[in-house]
Amino acid sequence: MKKALLALADGTVFEGRALGYEGETVGEVVFNTAMSGYQEVLTDPSYKGQIVTMTCPHIGNYGTTSEDAESRRIWAEGFIVKEASRLASNWRSRQQLQEYLHGAQIVGIEGLDTRALTRHLREHGSQQGLITHIDGDPSRAVAKAQAAPSIIGRDLAAAVTCKETYRWTEGTGEWTPSLGERIGVGTTRRWHVVAYDFGVKANILRRLVDVGCDVTVVPASATSMEVEALKPDGIFLSNGPGDPEGVPYAIEAMRQLIGRHPIFGICLGHQILGLAMGLDTYKLKFGHHGANHPVMDLRTRKVEITSQNHNFAVKVASSITAIPDRPPVVETSFGQVLVTHLSLNDHSVEGLASVDHPVFSVQYHPEASPGPHDSAYLFSAFIQLMEKQHA
Amino acid sequence: MPRRTDIKSILLIGSGPIVIGQACEFDYSGTQACKALKEEGYRVILINSNPATIMTDPELADRTYVEPITVEVVEKVIERERPDALLPTMGGQTALNTTMALVKRGTLEKYGVALIGASAEAIHKAEDREAFKHAMQRIGLRVPTSGTAHTREEAIKILEQTGFPSIIRPSFTMGGTGGNIAYNREEFEKLIDWALAMSPVSQVLIEESLIGWKEYELEVMRDLKDNVVIVCPIENLDPMGVHTGDSITVAPAMTLSDKEYQRMRDAAVRIMREIGVDTGGSNVQFGLDPKNGDMVVIEMNPRVSRSSALASKATGFPIAKIAAKLAVGYTLDEITNDITGVTKASFEPTIDYVVVKIPRFAFQKFRGADPTLTTQMKSVGEAMAIGRTFKESLQKAIRSLELNMNGLSSREGLDRGIPEGYDRLSALDRIRQHLRTPIAERLWHVADGIRMGLSNDDLFALTKIDPWFLEQIRELMDFEALLVRQETKKPALLEESLLWQAKEQGFSDDRIAELIGSTAASVRAQRTGAGQGKRRVTYKRVDTCAAEFEAHTPYLYSTYESECESRPTDKKKVIILGGGPNRIGQGIEFDYCCVHAAMALREEGIESIMVNCNPETVSTDYDISDRLYFEPLTEEDVLNIVEREQPLGVVLQFGGQTPLKLALPLSKAGVRILGTSPEAIDRAEDRERFRDLLNKLGLRQAESGMARSVDEALQIAGQITYPVMVRPSYVLGGRSMQIVYDESGLLEYMGSAVKASPKHPVLIDKYLSDAIEVDADAISDGTNVVVAGIMEHIEEAGVHSGDSACSLPPYSLDRSVVEEIRRQMKALALELGVIGLMNAQFAVKDSMIYVLEVNPRGSRTVPFVSKAIGVPLAKLAMKTMVGKSLPELGLSEAPEPTHLSVKESVFPFNKFPGVDVLLGPEMKSTGEVMGIDQDFGWAFAKSQAGAGAPLPKGGTAFISVKDSDRPAVLEVVQRLQQLGFTVQATSGTAEYLNSHGVETETVNKVREGRPHIVDHIKNGRVALVVNTVRTASSHADSLSIRREALNKGLAYYTTIRGARAAVMGIEAILKKELTIRSLQEYHHHP
Repeated sequence: MKKALLALADGTVFEGRALGYEGETVGEVVFNTAMSGYQEVLTDPSYKGQIVTMTCPHIGNYGTTSEDAESRRIWAEGFIVKEASRLASNWRSRQQLQEYLHGAQIVGIEGLDTRALTRHLREHGSQQGLITHIDGDPSRAVAKAQAAPSIIGRDLAAAVTCKETYRWTEGTGEWTPSLGERIGVGTTRRWHVVAYDFGVKANILRRLVDVGCDVTVVPASATSMEVEALKPDGIFLSNGPGDPEGVPYAIEAMRQLIGRHPIFGICLGHQILGLAMGLDTYKLKFGHHGANHPVMDLRTRKVEITSQNHNFAVKVASSITAIPDRPPVVETSFGQVLVTHLSLNDHSVEGLASVDHPVFSVQYHPEASPGPHDSAYLFSAFIQLMEKQHA
Repeated sequence: MPRRTDIKSILLIGSGPIVIGQACEFDYSGTQACKALKEEGYRVILINSNPATIMTDPELADRTYVEPITVEVVEKVIERERPDALLPTMGGQTALNTTMALVKRGTLEKYGVALIGASAEAIHKAEDREAFKHAMQRIGLRVPTSGTAHTREEAIKILEQTGFPSIIRPSFTMGGTGGNIAYNREEFEKLIDWALAMSPVSQVLIEESLIGWKEYELEVMRDLKDNVVIVCPIENLDPMGVHTGDSITVAPAMTLSDKEYQRMRDAAVRIMREIGVDTGGSNVQFGLDPKNGDMVVIEMNPRVSRSSALASKATGFPIAKIAAKLAVGYTLDEITNDITGVTKASFEPTIDYVVVKIPRFAFQKFRGADPTLTTQMKSVGEAMAIGRTFKESLQKAIRSLELNMNGLSSREGLDRGIPEGYDRLSALDRIRQHLRTPIAERLWHVADGIRMGLSNDDLFALTKIDPWFLEQIRELMDFEALLVRQETKKPALLEESLLWQAKEQGFSDDRIAELIGSTAASVRAQRTGAGQGKRRVTYKRVDTCAAEFEAHTPYLYSTYESECESRPTDKKKVIILGGGPNRIGQGIEFDYCCVHAAMALREEGIESIMVNCNPETVSTDYDISDRLYFEPLTEEDVLNIVEREQPLGVVLQFGGQTPLKLALPLSKAGVRILGTSPEAIDRAEDRERFRDLLNKLGLRQAESGMARSVDEALQIAGQITYPVMVRPSYVLGGRSMQIVYDESGLLEYMGSAVKASPKHPVLIDKYLSDAIEVDADAISDGTNVVVAGIMEHIEEAGVHSGDSACSLPPYSLDRSVVEEIRRQMKALALELGVIGLMNAQFAVKDSMIYVLEVNPRGSRTVPFVSKAIGVPLAKLAMKTMVGKSLPELGLSEAPEPTHLSVKESVFPFNKFPGVDVLLGPEMKSTGEVMGIDQDFGWAFAKSQAGAGAPLPKGGTAFISVKDSDRPAVLEVVQRLQQLGFTVQATSGTAEYLNSHGVETETVNKVREGRPHIVDHIKNGRVALVVNTVRTASSHADSLSIRREALNKGLAYYTTIRGARAAVMGIEAILKKELTIRSLQEYHHHP
C-alpha cells in the first residue's frame, strides 16, 4: 500500500493511500454528495480544473462502463474517496474503477477521513489542493497546492469543448426517464437545435434527441454568425467548467442571439445567459455538487430534487433571503427576467426566464446523470417554446 | 399550504401488542405522530392495547384508550370522542386493517370522520394483491407472474404457469404469516393447505419465484402538492426469498449504478402516484435480476413500516413525524429539517457512512420450528450499526446482536487457521449445505466458506449473495489471517499500524485478542495507552446531508478516523444504557424505561446520553435524549463513550439484562454505577449469596440444590421430592428450564437436554405445584420503599412470569397475603440497598409465601404497573438515582386503584407451524396487552380480545384435561353450562363430567377416528377450548387440538386457572355492556 498526501492551500494535509495513476495532480478541491454516479461525475467536463471528493464512502462498487461516461474522457483532475472497491459487481460493469482511473492517468487518494475533509471545505471554502503519491513532504505539498492556478476568471471551457461542429443522434434509449405525467412531448416535427458545447454532458444531448431534436453541436467559440448559418429552430447552451466570466466571447455571442431564437441554457449556459443579459455572477463558498438539491419552481410551487454541479451562481440585484410568493422580476438590459427557480437550501437563483424573449435557463441539471429525473420536463418545455415561436 | 384548520381532533390507532412482524417501530412512529400533531395544536385521541409503549403515556395524547383494537371498541371510541379525522398509517397492519373494517362497516361515514394520510381506495389498491398487480401493469411495471387461488385445485392450475420454486402468499395476513416456498409438488400441496387455513378469506397468491434476485427497498414520502422524495434506498444482503425483516439489510444501496437506481426511483414515484397515497411515507420493494438488471415490483406498504423506522434511524430523517405533518396539510418544503435547522424536509438525505441491520432470531425457544428463512418473517428483533465502511458497520452490527459473538467467529473452529487432521471434505460438504438454504447463521458460514477456500463464484452460486458483499467478507477474512500470523512474530502486542487498520475495519478488542492470542484488556491498554499519538476512537454525526450543512443534533456513531465531532459538554450528565435488540424476554418494556429515564434527567436539568443499537425504538430517536450514541452495548463500546463523555455515572437498571451484564466490568474500570450498587446486584443474582440474604431476612425459599453430576441430581431431587424444576445454571431467561415429575424424567433431562458438569452445574428447585405466582415492583430511594404494584398471575407458578397473564390488584389472594408480600418487598429492598427499581417474584401455596427471585432493576412489568396506577415509576426511579428522595418526589405510597388491570401475553406461535402452544418455564411471548375495567371479568375479557382471542358469549366448550385437573375443571364446566354453553369432551373427561352431573357430549380424539375434535374445530363448531396436559411430550396427540384452536383464533386455555378467569370474563361480558374509559379519566388527568 503506497502512501499518498492531499495538501490544501490553507496548509491542511491529509494522509491516505495512493489510488489510480501514480503521480501528482493539482486542482480546486470540491466535494460531491451523490451516493451513486461516480463515473458520470468523473467524466463530467464541468469538473475540469477540480479534484473531486465523493462523500459516499464506498466508490467503485459497481465498476465502470462506457455507457455511463458523460463525455469522451475523465476530466476531473483528481479523485478522493474513502474506500475504492477492489471488486466491481454489476452486470453492466466492463472495467473496475482502479483500472479505469489508471488507464485515464488519473491520480487519486483513498483511505482518508473524507468527512473531515468535507467539513473543512464547508467551513473554509473550496480551495486549491494537491494529491501526490511521489512527494512525502507535507510543507512542499502545501506550497505546490498554493501555487496551483485558481479557477476564477479562467477559460476552462476552451479546454473541454469540441474542436469541430458535429451532429448528435443518440437518445437515452432504455434509460429514458419515466416519471409519468410530467414528461411528454406534444411535438409533431423534429426541431433543429444548435448546442453550444462549453463542456456538454452526453445525457443533455441524448435528452434533446429524446424529445424530438436534431442536434448540431458547435464549439464554445462559435460566433452568432456561424450559428445563424446553421438555421437553428432553437439554441441550447450547455454546462461547463469554471467561471462564466472566463468565456466573454460566448457572452458576446449570446447578446447577438437573444431575441432571435428560442434559447435554453443549463448550468454554465445559464450563467452565460445571465451575464449576457447584464446580471452578475459570483463564486459560491463551496459550490453545489450533489444529487439531492431541492429547487422550487416558483410558478408551480412544486419542488424538484435536482442534480447540481456548479461553483458560481447568478446574482440578482436584491438578494433573496426567503422563498417569495411569486417569481421575482428583475430588470435587465434585455427587458424583464423572472427568477423562476430558487434553491430551498440557500435561496440562490436556480432558474431564469425572460418575459420579453423566448429564453430560459436553469442552474441545475435536468438531464440528471447522475441524479433524479424530476426536472426532465424542462426539455419538453424547450420544445414547447420552439413550438410557440414557430407557430 | 399551512395546516388544515377544518379538523380539530385526530384519532390515531396504534399497532397493539408486539408480535413478529410488528414490533416497537410502531411505538416509535406513533409517538412521533402524537407529538407532531399535539405540537400543531390538534386534540389527539389514541387507542392502543399495548401498555409498554411510550405513545400510551397519558401526556402524549389528549385521550389515551388502552383498550383492545377491535372494530367494536374503536367504534365506541369514535362515538365517545367524535374525532374529525382518523390517521391510519402509523399503527402498522393492525391500524390499516382496523381502518378498512371501519370503512366497510360505515362507521367513519356515520360519524363524519375523515381519513387523512391515505384514502380507503389507496389502501385497498396497495393491499389487495390483485388490485395492486393491475395497478402496476397499468403504469407499465413488471410484477412477478402470479395468480390467486381459493382451493388447492385452483392453486395447482396456477402453478402450471408459475413453476417451481413456488412462492405462496396468503392474503390479509401480517408479516407474511402462512407464506412459504415450495420446491416440489408434494410440498406445494401441503403448504397450500396451510396457507389457505391461515388466510382469513382463504385466499392465496401463488407467485413465480425470484429467488436469488437482488432485493431493494425505497422509502418514499409524498405531500399534498405531489412533491415526492426518496428518503433512502436500502439493499438486502440476503437475496429474494428471505423476508426483508429477516434479511441483513444495508443502506445506502451498495451495488446499484446510478442508471439502475434512478430507474427504480422513477418507478417508486410512479407507484406512489398510481396507488394514490395522498401524504406520508410508504415503502416500495423491488427485485432486480443480477444477470441483466430486469426489475420487478414486489410490494408496497402505504404506511410507515419497520423499514421506515430503519430508514429514519439510518438517515436522521424522521419519517413518521414528517408523515404526520404532511397528513394535516403541510408540504415538505414547509417543514424544517431539525438536524440542520436551515434546510427543509423537501430533499433527499445523503449519507456518508454505511448502515447494517441484522435480525435476531429465537428458534431455540420453539422446539420443532423450521429455522429456514422464507417469505414469512421469523425474527424477533434486530440490531443496527453505523460505521464509515461496510466492513466496520457489519462487525459492529454483529457484536450489537449480543449472541456471544464478537465478530465473524468460525462455526468450524477455524478462527486461528485450519487445524491439523481437520476433515476438509466433510467440512466443505457441511458448509455448502448450510449455504444452500438461507438460515440465521448463513453469514458466518460464508466466512467459513472463505476460510476453506471457496471462491466468490462458488459462494455466489450457493447463496446468490452479491459478490460485492462476499468480497467485503473476504477482505475481513484476509485481515483476520494477517492478524493470526502476527502472533508468532510479536506476542500480545500488535504493530501499531495493524492495530489501527483492524479498528478501522470494525474489529472489536476481544476479536483482535482472540486472533493474536492476547486479551481484550491488553489490546485496549495498547489502544488507549500513552504513546499512541493522537489516535483514538472518534465519533461522527448523523446529519442527513453528508456534512454539507452543520448538524445541530448530537446523533453520533463511532469510527476510527482523524476527526471527532462528539464535542462533549461540561454539563452534569448521565449515560443511560439501552436494551439492544429485541428478543424474547427483553423487549419494548425496557426501552420504555430508558426513555423515561431520559425524560426524568431532562426534568432534573441533567444532560442525558443514550446508548443503544435497536433501530425500532423510541430511545434511539435523536430528540429523546440530549445526546445519542448509536452503538453496540459491549464493554468496549460503552467504555469508549464513558471515556469521551466523563459522565456523573451510568444507569444500568432500565435496559434489562444487557446493561446489567456490564455492571461488574464497568465498575471494575472505575465507572460509577448510579442507583443500586453492583455489589447488591451480585447479592441478588448469586445463588449462594441470595440464599444467605433470604435467611437473614427470615424469608422462605423453595428447597433447592445444585447438581454437578447425574447422581448428585438424583440425590437432590429425591431429597426435596418431585416435581422439581430443573435448569442449567449458565443460561438466562428460562432457557432449557423444565418441570420434571419423576426420576425417569430427570434422567432424560440430564441425559439429553443438559449435560451437568462441575463447570456447568444444573439447578434443581422444588416445584410448587398449583401455587399462585405473584410479581411485585417496588421503588426505593435507599431509605423509603414504595411497593408500587403487586400482580397476581393468572396461570400457576411454573409458567414463566413473562408468559403469564396477571392482575393488578390481585383478584383472588387474601389481603393478608398481599400485605405480607408488601412487607417482604420492603425488607428486601432495604436490605439490598436498592436505589431505583426492584422486581421480585413470589409463589403462594397454602398461604405460605416463597421468594422465587429478586431482580434489582426495572422489570418487564414497570410500564404495565405505571399505567395501572398512574405513576411514572421509571421516571421517579431515575430521579432517586440522582439524589432525590421519594418524599421529595411526592411518592409516599402507591395509589390503590379502584379499577382492575389485566396484562395478557401474546405469542408468536402462528409463525411456527407445528410448535406446541403449551406454556412452561421457558418464556415464549413477544408482547403484551392490557385490559382495564371496573371489575376483573371485564378487564380479563378485554385483555383476551386485545390479544386476538376474544372470549365467546356462547357456543360449545371443548374440555380435555389431565386426570389431576378433573375435580378442578368440574366447577368451570358447571359455570359454563349455566352460562348457556354446551360441553364436549374426549372420553375420559366426558365420563368424569357426566358422572358428576354435567351433561357432556363425547367426541373422538384424533386417533379415535373421524369426525374427531380437530374436525369440529375446523368446522367452526367449537367456541372455547380448555386443554391441560401433564407434559408436552406425553400428550403429543393433543397438539393438533391446540394448534387448530390457535389457527382458528379461538379462546383456548391450557391451565385451570386460565379457564377459571375465562369463565369470570364470559360472565362479565354476558352481564354488562362494553364500556371504555381513557387513562386520563382513570387517573384524573385534565
